[in-house]
Order: sequence, then C-alpha cells, then structure tokens
Amino acid sequence: MSRHRALRVVSPARRLLIRVLVVLTVLAGLDYLVWRWLESVNWTHWWIAVPLALAETFSLVDAFFFGLTTWRIRQRADAPPAPADATVDVFVTTYDEPVELVMATARAALAIRHPHRTWVLDDGDREEMRTAALQAGVGYLTRSADWAGRPRHAKAGNLNNALLVTEGEFLLVLDADQVPSPDILTRTLGWFDDPRVGLVQTPQWFSNVDDADVLGSQAPLFYGPIQQGKDGWNAAYFCGSNAVVRRDALMQLGIVGYVRDVERGVTRALRAAGSVVAGARREAARHGPAVLAALDSVDVAVHRARTELRAGQPVSEITHRFQQRVDDAGRDVVSDDLARLQADLAEIEALPSLGTGGALATRIDDVVLTTLAHRSWSPLGALESVKALVAAVEVDRADEAQPVMPLATISVTEDMATAMRLHALGWHTVYHHEVLARGLAPESLGAMLQQRLRWSQGTLQVMLKENPLVQRGLSVGQRLMYLATMWSYLAGFAALAFLAAPVLYLVAGVQPVTSYGNAFWLHLLPYLVVSQVLFRVVGHGLRTWRGQQYSLALFPLWIRACVTAVGNVFFSRELGFVVTPKAGTDRGPTWRLVRPQLVAMTVLVVAAAIGVVRLQHGLATPQGTYVNLAWVAYDLTVLSIVLRAARYRAPRVTERTGS
Amino acid sequence: MIELDTTQAADVAVVRPLGRLTMVHAADLREVVSGAVQDGRTRVVVDLGDCEFMDSSGLGAVIGGLKQARQAGGDLRIAGLQPQVMTVLQLTNLDRVLRPYGSVAEALRDD
Repeated sequence: MSRHRALRVVSPARRLLIRVLVVLTVLAGLDYLVWRWLESVNWTHWWIAVPLALAETFSLVDAFFFGLTTWRIRQRADAPPAPADATVDVFVTTYDEPVELVMATARAALAIRHPHRTWVLDDGDREEMRTAALQAGVGYLTRSADWAGRPRHAKAGNLNNALLVTEGEFLLVLDADQVPSPDILTRTLGWFDDPRVGLVQTPQWFSNVDDADVLGSQAPLFYGPIQQGKDGWNAAYFCGSNAVVRRDALMQLGIVGYVRDVERGVTRALRAAGSVVAGARREAARHGPAVLAALDSVDVAVHRARTELRAGQPVSEITHRFQQRVDDAGRDVVSDDLARLQADLAEIEALPSLGTGGALATRIDDVVLTTLAHRSWSPLGALESVKALVAAVEVDRADEAQPVMPLATISVTEDMATAMRLHALGWHTVYHHEVLARGLAPESLGAMLQQRLRWSQGTLQVMLKENPLVQRGLSVGQRLMYLATMWSYLAGFAALAFLAAPVLYLVAGVQPVTSYGNAFWLHLLPYLVVSQVLFRVVGHGLRTWRGQQYSLALFPLWIRACVTAVGNVFFSRELGFVVTPKAGTDRGPTWRLVRPQLVAMTVLVVAAAIGVVRLQHGLATPQGTYVNLAWVAYDLTVLSIVLRAARYRAPRVTERTGS
Repeated sequence: MIELDTTQAADVAVVRPLGRLTMVHAADLREVVSGAVQDGRTRVVVDLGDCEFMDSSGLGAVIGGLKQARQAGGDLRIAGLQPQVMTVLQLTNLDRVLRPYGSVAEALRDD
C-alpha cells in the first residue's frame, strides 16, 4: 500500500450494484426464513430443530446487518489541507512493552511533519522508559498521585490522566507498537475543518504478518467496507489507536459524563436514604435523645433534597444545602454534648478540697460548635451509614481519581464506548481509509486469543451497560450500526447448532429440517447465491476468508466472552483471561488452547464415517447424507485453521517498517 | 473498643480507647471508667496513644470520667494524645482542665 496515493470515492455504479444485491439478499433471506420457521421445522426433534432455526435466524440477521452497513458504503476522497495552526499532542500509550519498541514508535512520532508535541504515556511507571523518553526529547507522563488507591481504568485511565496535563487542540492516539507515518496528521487534520467532526479513525495494519496471515490479524473487511459503511451512517467508531480526536469533544464527554454520574449517584443515595436513616436510628437509640433528634433532622434534609431534585434544581446547590442541614443536625448533638460537659465541669468545680480555683473555664462558642459539628468531626459521622450517605450526596466523585473522565471507563475496550457517547452528543466521526501507521500483530495463538477475548468482552460490556437501542441522541442508523457489531459476537452459540445438526443426522438420523429435498434447495439456494455474491462484491480484492474462518472457528472464545461479560456486568465477576504458555517453556504446538475445536473436528470426522456406513446399510437417504456430508466438509474446512494457528510461530526477527 | 488495664497499682486503672472515640463508644468509656472507680481504682489514666480521633461525645465521656474520679477523691488524666485529639482539646480550652501527659508512666509519676 503506497502512501500519498490520492483516495478515490466509491463509484455510483458500484454503490448501485451493492444496493441491488442487498435488496435481493434481504428478500431471498426473508423467503428462506419464513419457509424455515413456518414449514420446515421438524417439531419431532424440536430440541435440535429450534436451536438450528434460531442459529440460522441469527446468521440471516447478521447478513442483513452487513447489507445495511454496506448500503451507505462511503469511500472518502482526500481530506482538505491540514490547518497549519492546529495544535496536536501525540500520545504513545504503553504498559509493559519493551522500551525499545515504544521508543521506535516515539521516534517515528517525533518525525511526524505537522507541528506537535510527543508524549509517552507509561502506565508501567518504569524508570528506564522515562530516561529513554527524555533522552529522545519526548514528553513522559505517568499517573498522578490522585490515582493511588482508586480504580485505574486501564488504558482509558492512562489517557484521561494525560488529557488533564496536556493542552493540544487535537490528540493522536497510538498504541506502543503502532509506528506512524510522518504524514499521519497532514493527511487527517483537514477533516476537522468541519466543526462537527470529533474523531478521525485510520486503519490498523500489521507489518509482521505474511500473506497467509494464519492468525487472521489483518482485518481488511473491518478496516475497509465495514468502517466505510458505518461512516456512511455517521457511525464509524474509535478503535483505540491510530485515531485523531478533538480534545473539545472528549472534554465535553467528560463533563456530560460527570454531570450524569453525579446526578445518578445523588439520586440513588437519596432514594436509599430512607432506610439508611431508619437503620441509623436503631443503631443510635442508645446514644440518647439528642442523636435521635439529629437523625430526624437528617431525615427532613433527605426529604427536602429529594423534593428539590424532583423540581430540577441544580445538583450542586441541592447537595450543598443537604450538607449544611446535616451539619446543623450534628451541631445539635455537639451542643448537647458540650452542655453536659459543662454541667460536669461545674460539678467538679463545686467539689470541696480540690482547689482548682475556677480554672475550669472552657471555651464553647460558635467557632467551637461549628468546628466540632463539621462533617469531618461530626458525631453523626460515627454512624457509618450516615457518614456514607453524606459522602454519597456530594458532587466530588471522591471514589474516582478525576471527577471528569473524558474517555469512557465502563468497558475494557474504552474506544467503542467513547465513540458511541460522542455520537450520542451529536459529534460526527470520520473513517479515513489510508494506512498511516503500521503495528505489530500478536505473534502466537495464545496472544491472539487473549486479544480477541478482550475485544469481544469489551464490546459485550458496552452492549449490556449502554445498550445502543436505548441511548438518547443516537440516530436509528447509528443504533443499528452499533448493534450490528455487538450482534456478531453472539456467533458462538449459533456455531454450536451448526456443528451439532449434521452430526446428529449422520450418527442418529435426527433430521431438524423436514426436507432436504427440492423445497429446501428452492428456498436456500437463491439466498446462498445472492448473499455470497454481495459478500464477494463488497470484499472484492480483499482477503476475507481468514475472517470468515475465525468467526466460526473461535466459537468457544465467543461463548466464553458472552458468559464472562454477563457475569461481569450483572454479578461483578472478574472477566478472566486466556492462560498462555510462558515463553520458552513450551515451544511445541499449543493444542491445549483449541481443545474444543479439536474435539469438534474429531466428532465431525467420526460422524461423517458413521453417516457413510448408515447410507450403505440403507439407514439414511442419499439426499440427506450428501447434504450433511457437504455441511461437515464445510465445517471442517473452516475449523482447520486452528490446526495451523496452534503450530504457528512468528518469524524470529521482526522486521519493522518505517524510518 | 475500650481496653482496661488494672495491673499498674491497686488504685490505678489505665483505660485505653482504640481507634475512634466517638458517640458509638462514648457510653462504653463511661461504663469502664465508672466501673473502675467503683472498684476503688480512683486514679484513672486514659491512654490515648491508640486513639486517632475523638468527637464531642468522646470528649464528654472523658469529662464525665473526670467528674466521677474527682467525686471519689481521685483523678483522671490523659496521656499520649494524637494530633486530632490534641486539636479538639485545644479548641475547647479543655487542655487547661486536663493536662495532656506524654505517656501513662508520666501521668502516674507526677502525683
């Protein structure tokens, strides 16, 4: 891929062809789907027939989403010239990558032609990284002290930390291994002439992958027709690296997010406050009437704050008044304590033979009262529940390192969540289809699986926490584009049905479809043909087969991602990770990582053999057997990629491109 | 939590509030001191070495203890004050009523 080649738009003829094929795919798909559900589900074996029909429905919907995405496929021409005065910070994010690798990227970043400042954001806080960066004349940033003991939010936290100490109008985000071209800013900054544009994403392309791309690292379909299609719907999204972002847009996200979180937190705290006060009353009964009276005042303060919140008054004022009322309530307790204390002192004074000589004068004035009643010293603070309530009805987000978090922290993949929030606020995004940075792909199956697991978990987290279908501010097209991405990660469950159905037929004659005869072909073939033609036309000139293989072959990983994401979002469980063999200890093929796939392949082969024997004995029809054998052959062809992936060894010396 | 140490001498009780001496434990302190005084341990030392925080209720409990000890002809002294407790005491001028001692030994020595 040569640089600086002028970018060309999609021709109207090609777009028309794609649209015609999309319409045909949808029509043929609907015809097949209706026939399947209404006429061909074999209800005798509903336990496999229904899952299979569901799996097919899933796939058809997936294809419809693909059609919808490509409907507005948009290949942009060159951007307008970059504004010479735009100020830019280039962030190279790292956690534990080798210093030399990070520095190669940082040096390339320094050489970017548009004026900018370069920073290494070292989340590993490594002395040798600092030294290397400073020697090269690159800024070096680590987390501020505010992060100690608070959630770190991984890469999103790293970037949020850097955003507060830098000031460029735009920022270019680069992963540690993504070596930028000197032109990356000159080629992209012009898009920001449109004041609505908040983000420009460029492709991720890997220099350490050969043509075979055994691990399926290049994603030509995604960094191509899919992002281009999303771009047409103004839904191209942030992929965490090789993107230029407008600081203003991010800061707006941070502020809006701050307001939302504070309102949510205060509302939730006030909603729960009734039972908190009731609990505190039980706890406080033995501390005397003054405390109970104070809790009554707290209760009144809670009700007032709720009323004010409902009336839409500013949260900062509501919380401030609430704090004052609670302080006042504490003040009553303090003055009661001090009154008793003074009575005690008077009695002591009156004792004979002590000769204290009136020295017991204490100072109890307004200053003393106010100080002792202040939140940090208030006796009400001794009631832990009240203390927690008071802390929660506050606008400082004391549980976070920064009140304002521009990059979304709801997911392990901060990028997609951030993009969706940008879109919800009305910002536009641009997908600039030109390779302007070259990175390093995972070099082993284990590393690749870990990366895919993280991506899928992150996407599903966003889906579960901020479902695009119900987010305010998104257009229908944007909702569907985000849903399409999330939808594709459910493929693992469909794969189970696609693997089980032919096995059940060949081994036991269980037929989930009432007929594999003419009707079947009549409904299936048109759909198969037009959808494949659509796919070929859209993916013309791209290597899409690897991606197709992995979308089925990684079925155990997709299922695991779904299960762990649900466990994480709803039950606060850890997401977990792929346990990879330690370098050097295991040089052989990593079969262990693909055991489910190996089992599936074995079962398919055995089933095929049994199917042939059953056919010879007249126990099965030739028609059904051949269809299912073909099906098995397809499954095996797709799954076979894991045999190569498990044995894959990256070249020993990694050749870096660029300067 | 309040610890009571009666090993120093027959008429001495060392009372040791641990952590935060607040409304929640003020009543406990009153009870422990009053129990000790009733047992004839009228020289009470409140060892505040492990007490990092005191609110107005805690302060009230200490003065309440002082009153009981004095009424029984003895005394209550405080020792080993942490910064926050010292600040509270100074704020209310109570440091002039209750002289803060550096340690339990000092509080007992000077009689």
